[in-house]
Amino acid sequence: MSIFIDNNTKVVVQGITGRDGSFHTKQMIEYGTKVVAGVTPGKGGQTFEGAVPIFNTVADAVNATGANTAVIYVPPLYAADAMIEAADAGVKLVVAITEGVPVLDMTRVYPFVKDKGARLLGPNCPGLITPGQSKVGIIPGRICKPGNIGVVSRSGTLTYEVVYQLTRAGLGQSTCVGIGGDPINGTNFIDCLAAFEADPETKAIAMMGEIGGTDEQDAAAFVKATMKKPVVGFIAGQTAPPGRRMGHAGAIISGSAGTAAEKLAAFEAAGIGIAKRPMDFVELLKKRL
Amino acid sequence: MNIHEYQAKELLRAEGIPIPPGEVATTPTEAEAIAMRYGGTVVVKAQVHAGGRGKAGGVKLAKSPKETRDVAERILALHIKGLPVQRVLVTPAADIASEAYVGVILDRASRKPVFMVSAAGGIDIEEVAATTPEKILKLPVDTRYGLQPYQASRLAFFLYDDQKRVRAAARIMQGLYAAFMKHGCSLAEINPLVVTPAGDVVALDAKMVIDDNELDRHPSIAALRDESAEEPSEVQARNANLTFIKLEGNVGCVVNGAGLAMATMDLVKYYGGDPANFLDIGGSSNPEKVVNALKIITADPSVKAILFNIFGGITRTDDVANGIVTATKQSPLKVPIVIRLTGTNEELAMKILHENGFSASSDMDEAVQKAVALAKGAA
Repeated sequence: MSIFIDNNTKVVVQGITGRDGSFHTKQMIEYGTKVVAGVTPGKGGQTFEGAVPIFNTVADAVNATGANTAVIYVPPLYAADAMIEAADAGVKLVVAITEGVPVLDMTRVYPFVKDKGARLLGPNCPGLITPGQSKVGIIPGRICKPGNIGVVSRSGTLTYEVVYQLTRAGLGQSTCVGIGGDPINGTNFIDCLAAFEADPETKAIAMMGEIGGTDEQDAAAFVKATMKKPVVGFIAGQTAPPGRRMGHAGAIISGSAGTAAEKLAAFEAAGIGIAKRPMDFVELLKKRL
Repeated sequence: MNIHEYQAKELLRAEGIPIPPGEVATTPTEAEAIAMRYGGTVVVKAQVHAGGRGKAGGVKLAKSPKETRDVAERILALHIKGLPVQRVLVTPAADIASEAYVGVILDRASRKPVFMVSAAGGIDIEEVAATTPEKILKLPVDTRYGLQPYQASRLAFFLYDDQKRVRAAARIMQGLYAAFMKHGCSLAEINPLVVTPAGDVVALDAKMVIDDNELDRHPSIAALRDESAEEPSEVQARNANLTFIKLEGNVGCVVNGAGLAMATMDLVKYYGGDPANFLDIGGSSNPEKVVNALKIITADPSVKAILFNIFGGITRTDDVANGIVTATKQSPLKVPIVIRLTGTNEELAMKILHENGFSASSDMDEAVQKAVALAKGAA
């Protein structure tokens, strides 16, 4: 088992002929992901690498191939349209990798996708991977291995760092999900925690948050109220000065809301194990398994 | 991106929001001339991207053109939160019967722009929120439908009883929302919105923050950027497509990815060091980015050791290695460098570094400890 993606995931790639889209489509295929279609308007009828049919619209792709998941690599100012198009075509999971999507665009996209009954992951996220089955996005496959740890994170490379250390220590992963660092994203910590709690394969969860917003505090309250599986957490940005942006639009500390201290206190109160360093996840998780 | 008060006021005027006149001066003489034209008492306001201008002495009344000159001279000599004041806004002083706060903020939790209004304006709205939250009305707006007329009047009724003022304030709410959406804001604020003794509702101050991701869509807004009002090293970094924030410590950090960059800074602190900066070289790196990153870091005299922490995913570690070699050939380093890299093309990167006399490790913890020790030894 796993969450959100598995062997049955059939992927349509939006922006398959672009620089990032083509590179990562090859990587996904190499990993074993079932990439069934690509979309680039005007290139319908062609094929990608002689193997994946390209369509002009997501609707055409879904009708012809039964794709149930879309992954988006289109440029930022076209990404909102791509997300809405995917949900409108009936895809159930929309993964937006694109970085730099205007936040106001997401205020329209999020309710649309939700009303269609689909799940949005991202934007500005590395996607997700169920080791040994499927990867949708850009998480390097070789640092993962199948196992029982559910991983959820707001960051890309920090996720890789932790997953790499888990794998080296023999702790495989059920699914690793990067929810992205933007202020408005489709899937949050609670969505992932609830899915991991319900997944029989997952025995413990590693959660990597960062400064800004209240998603981690909400997650902590959720853990305390409903979760039986152990959770270990980390907050990046403990030394960040107040009021400064640290790259991710989400990492803004304003006033008291969203500081690392506040988030760590919420973790503590919820009984979440606190990793002081990224490398502390291994021992803390081993103790709880 | 921050824009100045006078720029934000222009954008709000264009939406029909009543705002008293004002002109910008860069010298005391210009300020004096503006005061002469207005006659009477004026307010001289520092135009700088920092909050708390009033407390820092950046907002002053002046009763005559001569006094305006003196006040402008003092304000133009100020640094507010480290930023030099290069412009002042001169505007006729308004008589005020009451002050309110009106703001629109992109809210993460509701995933919508949220209006916040309070009749307790003119002061720190965060303080009002903390001490008397019942004095604030929050109203989320579904951007698919926009701010509805009933919502605008609900906001206005929260501030005023008088029908004329309510109608005027409702129009201001619509104008503020229109400006917020049109220019891609993450924040648009009028503080204070005042009622004059004559009963007119006017905006005396304006603040707008534009979502950086919107700038490609709005070239006229992007052109409002005032680079002279920003930290020079941060401007240089942005122009090189790097995210950089200068800090106070002495360990210069070069990392890929914002989360890992923050975690690296935290680890530097954990081992008793102090990061000199936040620097994210981003995802798809090329050697040129690394060269620029090193230029910016080495230009900071407080840096005593440089730490690279690269986890190659999309980023190819051999690109980073080539960048380090190129940069140090162009200008040899005066401080020690510690390199940690792992991931995509790691073997190739290690080979490039070793051939050029650098050592590198693949362990983050070890590299951070080493960099902290070196920075301390050199300090």
